[in-house]
Amino acid sequence: MSVPLPPGLQLEKFEEDDKIMTLNVGPQHPGSGHMRLIIRVDGDYIVSCDPDPGYVHRGEEKMAEYRNYILNIPHLERPVIHDSCNILYPYVLGVEELLGLEVPERAKYVRVIAAELNRLSYTLYWLAIYGIFLGHSTMFMWPVGDRELAIDLLDKLTGARVTHSYFVPGGIRNDFPANFEDVCIRQVNYLKKRLKTYGDIFYDNPILISRTEDTGILSREDAIRLGTTGSVLRASGVDFDVRTKEPYDAYEELDIHTNVLKKGDSYDRSKVPWLDMLESCNIIKQALEKMPKSGSVRVKLKPNPKGGDDEVYKRVESGRGSLGVYIVSRSKPEPYRLKLSVGSFRNLICLPYLLKGEKLGNMPAVYWGLNYWPVEADR
Amino acid sequence: MLKDLLTPQTTNAFVGKLGDILVKAIDKPLGYAINWGRLWSLWPVHIETACCSIEFGAASSPRYDVERFGIIEAFGSLRQCDLVVVQGTITRKMAPRLRLVYDQMPEPKYVIAMGACAITGGLYFDSYNVLPGIDGILPVDVYVPGCPPRPETLIQGCLLLQEKIKCMKAR
Amino acid sequence: MSSSDTDTKTETKEKETTQTKPVVVETTPAEKGPELPKFEKDLSNKITEKFGSKTEIAFVKPDRVRVNVKKEDIINVASYIRDELNFDHAESVTGVDFPNDKEIEVVYHLGSYTDPKLARQVLSLATRTTREDNPNPGNDSTRLPSLRDIFYSVEFHERECFEMLGVYFEGHPDNRRLLLPEDWADIPPLRKDFAIKGR
Repeated sequence: MSVPLPPGLQLEKFEEDDKIMTLNVGPQHPGSGHMRLIIRVDGDYIVSCDPDPGYVHRGEEKMAEYRNYILNIPHLERPVIHDSCNILYPYVLGVEELLGLEVPERAKYVRVIAAELNRLSYTLYWLAIYGIFLGHSTMFMWPVGDRELAIDLLDKLTGARVTHSYFVPGGIRNDFPANFEDVCIRQVNYLKKRLKTYGDIFYDNPILISRTEDTGILSREDAIRLGTTGSVLRASGVDFDVRTKEPYDAYEELDIHTNVLKKGDSYDRSKVPWLDMLESCNIIKQALEKMPKSGSVRVKLKPNPKGGDDEVYKRVESGRGSLGVYIVSRSKPEPYRLKLSVGSFRNLICLPYLLKGEKLGNMPAVYWGLNYWPVEADR
Repeated sequence: MLKDLLTPQTTNAFVGKLGDILVKAIDKPLGYAINWGRLWSLWPVHIETACCSIEFGAASSPRYDVERFGIIEAFGSLRQCDLVVVQGTITRKMAPRLRLVYDQMPEPKYVIAMGACAITGGLYFDSYNVLPGIDGILPVDVYVPGCPPRPETLIQGCLLLQEKIKCMKAR
Repeated sequence: MSSSDTDTKTETKEKETTQTKPVVVETTPAEKGPELPKFEKDLSNKITEKFGSKTEIAFVKPDRVRVNVKKEDIINVASYIRDELNFDHAESVTGVDFPNDKEIEVVYHLGSYTDPKLARQVLSLATRTTREDNPNPGNDSTRLPSLRDIFYSVEFHERECFEMLGVYFEGHPDNRRLLLPEDWADIPPLRKDFAIKGR
């Protein structure tokens, strides 16, 4: 039954040392996703780690050069389908700046609510996988179950479970359905209550603390030097969140607290997203109170719109950190060049740095604590 | 009488005939029993290939709970597994690895192609690094369409696979 | 309405024809109306004062400044931007292919975590290198000096740029393949003459 490998493809052969052994972690491994880590170990300690991404490289940036600004929407959200509003956000903001569109006030608030709900659903899924990586099965079942509440809300709002395609240049696709505000407030309150119990069962758990505390410490200087972003950066004591530093859409009018922890170990990196989720619940409630009660949610768009000879770089705060989109336009309906600068790819550089000298058993905690989503990193 | 019939020359033929009769008599119920055992204990291998793994994870959440149909969560060695759920896009870099994983699994093994990308390439039909479906590298049993399929669709696909295993000849 | 449309069209056409070499969109701050991006203007002035005609300020927009430099000067300009202007990390490195100019452009988007005044700013530092019609990545004249010693965070971005556009970064310790499959034997995929299926 076995099929010979295609000609020209040689899987790597590693030289075996007497002391040093090479391990392939991934792409088929319970502790890794769609990527491979080439880890060299001396006994139980990691000597070096060489990340090998690219197993889900689908050429999004090349495809974007052949599709116009509207047709680019569905495939650009595929890299992170469980955070699809946030990965589409900078692209939509960039296209609006290129085309000179002004978004209605109500649409700005609806966007913020959708983005925060998406951040909740993304981070809950991330937390679930973090739990199962550390052998904490309850922490898989609870967040994945609670995530369905956030998904229900988004399903009601956008009509799809994960791939929403909800943001369009000029606003959003549709307004709130009937009674959405009440259901939203009720479910967000419930989610907030549940999130607090996670603190008791997971973050105060002595087993978790002993497995993650003091592993993979990233100092403040190194976090800045390596150009990390998102929860990794904030766990190392750098106060940077695009939502507060360079507020976009309705974030300007909202009161947002940035969660910063000092130590920079795996425990802090696992805790910052959880604190962010609690903050997301507050943001949703604020936005629901402050938003205009009526009004249009979309401006009319000409078919096949063209941008001028211009370029934009827009960034937003996604679940994995700052997410930038760089669009070069050359007076055509299609972008001349589109680049996604994603948080996962920027945090990848930490992995060889953090795993060096670490025990092999700490690898899952460090790896998943980086808030790394391989599909997004590969694009 | 029997002694005359069973000369050393004819014994082999007689035993062979007896075996045929026995196989005809018990093959069907025995095969049914074997297949029945197999279909309630499908172990998927933990190989995530693209974004459909989100919905695969959601399918084992408390709300959908695919475990009640005998599909266990995907954790463990691939030497014990008998099901590959191809969760989405297969890139040119992943394809030889997927085939390696499939070759290492013991017989019998089943394949579910989950998501439009695994069936035809889906949204990435014109990408330079994506295979147009996995038919070229794996024999697919059940196709589960969707981009990504909802967990209900995945569960339906698993039930279809179980129906198919029931009708299969036990190997 | 229609006349104004045609006017703008002709204007853009004129721009296309007149602007041959640099892809520069001049937006002087006077056009911005009452809101002068003063802080950004100061930033760009500092760079022009220091380097004079070696650098070219492509545009000054709110929170965004773009500086074009020649590839011989990029190390000096980048060191100055890091040491004096306090930009401390690179957000992305983008390669853009311009086959008509026979050049490949590499844009570094730089940001700052340490200086709270610069938190909103993203400075694009762009440079260009020659492009060959028959690329041989790593062995042809498509080369640039690596900025890894100045901004450590560009390491993986430059590796990606090397395999996607064939720009070899001199001084980069690790110019290996990153995302593409091991048996990739075609030209770098993000070049404009690489056509994808059916297009």
